[in-house]
Amino acid sequence: MQLTLWTYEGPPHVGAMRIATSMRDVHYVLHAPQGDTYADLLFTMIERRDRRPPVTYTTFQARDLGGSTADLVTTTLRDAYERFRPQAMLVGESCTAELIQDQPGALALGMDLPVPVIPLELPSYSKKENWGASETFYHLVRGLLAGAAPEPGYQRPVRPQGQPPLANILGPSALGFRCRDDVQEIKRLLSSLGVDVNVVAPESASPADLLRLPVADFNICLYPEIARTTCAWLARTFAQPTVTTVPIGVGATRDFLFEVGEVSGVDVSQVLDGEGSRLPWYSRSVDSTYLTGKRVFIFGDASHALAAARIANEELGFNVVGLGSYSRESAREVRAAATQLGIEALITDDYLAVEQQVEALQPELVLGTQMERHIAKRLGLPCAVISAPFHVQDCPARYSPQMGFEGANVIFDGWVHPLMMGLEEHLLNMFRGDFEFHEDAAPSHLNNGLERPAAPAQLEEQTADVPVPGEPCWAPEASTELHKIPFFVRGKARRNTERYAAERGLATITIETLYDAKAHFGR
Amino acid sequence: MSLPAAVPMTVHARGCNELPVLRERGQREVFCGLTGIVWLHRKIQDAFFLVVGSRTCAHLLQSAAGVMIFAEPRFATAILQERDLAGLADCNEELDRIVHELLARRPEIATLFLVGSCPSEVIKLDLGKAAERLSQAHRGRVRVLNYSGSGIETTFTQGEDNCLKALVEELPTAEPTMRSLLVLGTLADVVEDQFARMFQQLGIQSVQFLPPRQAGDLPAVGQGTLILPAQPFLGETVRALIGRGARLIEAPYPLGAEGTFAWIQAAAQAFGVTDERLRLATARPMERARSALARFRDTLAGKRISFLPDSQLEIPLARFLQRECGMQPVEVGTPFFDRQLLAGELPLLPDNLRLSEGQDVDLQLDRVRSDRPDLTVCGLGLANPLEAEGLRTKWSIELVFSPIHGFDQAADLAELFARPLVRCERLAV
Ligand code: SF4
Repeated sequence: MQLTLWTYEGPPHVGAMRIATSMRDVHYVLHAPQGDTYADLLFTMIERRDRRPPVTYTTFQARDLGGSTADLVTTTLRDAYERFRPQAMLVGESCTAELIQDQPGALALGMDLPVPVIPLELPSYSKKENWGASETFYHLVRGLLAGAAPEPGYQRPVRPQGQPPLANILGPSALGFRCRDDVQEIKRLLSSLGVDVNVVAPESASPADLLRLPVADFNICLYPEIARTTCAWLARTFAQPTVTTVPIGVGATRDFLFEVGEVSGVDVSQVLDGEGSRLPWYSRSVDSTYLTGKRVFIFGDASHALAAARIANEELGFNVVGLGSYSRESAREVRAAATQLGIEALITDDYLAVEQQVEALQPELVLGTQMERHIAKRLGLPCAVISAPFHVQDCPARYSPQMGFEGANVIFDGWVHPLMMGLEEHLLNMFRGDFEFHEDAAPSHLNNGLERPAAPAQLEEQTADVPVPGEPCWAPEASTELHKIPFFVRGKARRNTERYAAERGLATITIETLYDAKAHFGR
Repeated sequence: MSLPAAVPMTVHARGCNELPVLRERGQREVFCGLTGIVWLHRKIQDAFFLVVGSRTCAHLLQSAAGVMIFAEPRFATAILQERDLAGLADCNEELDRIVHELLARRPEIATLFLVGSCPSEVIKLDLGKAAERLSQAHRGRVRVLNYSGSGIETTFTQGEDNCLKALVEELPTAEPTMRSLLVLGTLADVVEDQFARMFQQLGIQSVQFLPPRQAGDLPAVGQGTLILPAQPFLGETVRALIGRGARLIEAPYPLGAEGTFAWIQAAAQAFGVTDERLRLATARPMERARSALARFRDTLAGKRISFLPDSQLEIPLARFLQRECGMQPVEVGTPFFDRQLLAGELPLLPDNLRLSEGQDVDLQLDRVRSDRPDLTVCGLGLANPLEAEGLRTKWSIELVFSPIHGFDQAADLAELFARPLVRCERLAV
């Protein structure tokens, strides 16, 4: 058993729902009790989807157990087929149905439904949402295309001269972070290179579209969490190479263009030399000097966390002080990236562990999911959301991709906005303790003034000046001096000073101790 | 100021057995009883709710809690893992470990509810036994209780019913001669205080509320206890209280001015309060409620409304909207009918009402599409899709999370239904 307050990922059948909901003309019959229908609201509320997810639940009850639950599956399947007439059906079960072992997949296969039926076995007690989405997409693609697989050893014919290369864009899905706009941005980039798009899937694709996947010259694995397994199978089966760079950030977008060039044989130099993103200039302009060395904590799914770490480090000049992910499947890559940055990766799906680390690190900016937003809000830290899971406010109306050059522009704005502006920060440091321009004031361009001052106060409370026996206590003037330190580093200064004093067996912390400790720990 | 006479009510001489009810058994689109934790943990301030279930249960709770997600909540899920399914012995050990850890982390918790889920019930994990065992182990520190919020046993608001029923077993026994009023069901604190003041003015001496704000403050129950349910979904709790000698006061629910008056009146009569005293105590708030309600009548009168089954509040709400706001209920769906608990409501319903029990969501949506009501009350999963079809909706979950009971909330309740219609009028895009 695992004690859980908040979860980053839902169960694997929610992943399957994401695939079904992304697509057209697919219907998913899910053997599940009524409460599991809550999952519909993820799509209709968070993403404001205007249609119900194409999912029919059997909603079996206790009184059905030990008797008619299997019949319920077949009736539900037949009714759902009749009503929705999909091109293909997915059949699966949620955690509870897995325990009663009706095997809805096998039942469905035995029914001779007039459309392809893809049975899904997604173990709920060991796997999670992204894995479920990835498996579902893979089984759907494979189920539809296995019959069309060429002999082993198949070589792709050379593309005729003058015919533009053709790519599939794989991975964008319902409840994926900013997928809608990313796809548009990537399509634009590809078209500037003269690469045509064959199929985008799962988002907006129908089973008939999936049947056309092998026509493309190569696949772009835009969201590895969803499409990596499928791309690997397509590479093995149809000899389609995969572009694996996730084009988030200026550097990664350039790498992506380069990789597309390699795989497709088109000349990408013009686009690489073209206008690109405004991020590099914005980052070099003098106003951005104040961004240098900002301490940033990053947490999210592996792709977005890795991309954020690279951008933070190479493109904005931040110091990445924490990097982590809930995607255990990609733990290795995240660990490697963290090592490169000289830190240790946090691989966990325990919200409290993340919160603890944020609290200990006291970063100046938190980049994370919906969960980290809450952590940051509680601790009074600036935050930007960079990864699923996200809430309704992170599904904006305006065009706001993360990928490509425009994505880099959006990221620059999105990450810098929550911070104090350059000059403002200098003034703040100069006039600490000023009666109206004090450190607990929110950045002047953000009207969250109600939230900000409260949070540091809470923090203070936890470490209030209550003498603990055997530990150094703060002299009043040292305590006053401590309050002149900007709030976002104050917690750290307090802890460092206390540690410094304790290590030296000092009973009282004076102003001198405070500055001794500052010199000792440096920054 | 002239005092209003007791409310004239048109009462149909009809038992609920005569009401034609459409019974459906298809796909239900209703949360399970775990959802109740979202409001119960806000109400009972020293209680912790530990769901023993799956990742799905944890995900449901956080999705239903939605924007309420903050800090460290007083609920959590012990998620069953593959190895827990290997043997029940280990499963119990694991549960004990988790509870020990939890209690060490949260010293302020005085009552711990182990909440059963579909998976824990299907594998027959006996949470009753676990609660006994853990109560023993932590005697003097915390009381451990259990109930089921599983989706195979409960819908949405039935979770609260099961939770309160678990508390009933813990209630101390009152002297048979001790007359008291027990108000049942989670109410916003502000509403609870209004009702407490009202009953005080009526001279009813002993008034208690279940659930209490602190799980330790349990009311005593006995033959002198009169139960006044404030929510229509607490049938099991009512019957458990009757089992302990209490008597049920039959009344409509305190929604709207009329409903609130009738509810208070029923209690007053049971306690022998004179009509004059009742009128004195209720006249002003009643008048206030009526004039506040009048503001919404223009918006609501004549509008057609359908309820999809969800919170179990559908019938009292339809009664309020029809009688006090002039709306026309088209179809009123409810997860299940509890005749005993609706006895005070059914006579107030119009004759031509289409009532449905249970659900087959696709068929029901077909009816909504052909009825095209002005407003459809439904769950969060259905609201935007219906809006996209040009139908105005009201989320039913808001009705459970907002203070809607009592005189001074009657207009707020009407406003919840008026808002989507007003908004629709205002928007020019
Ligand atoms: S329906 Fe059952 S499995 Fe689903 S969330 Fe509710 S209790 Fe958990």
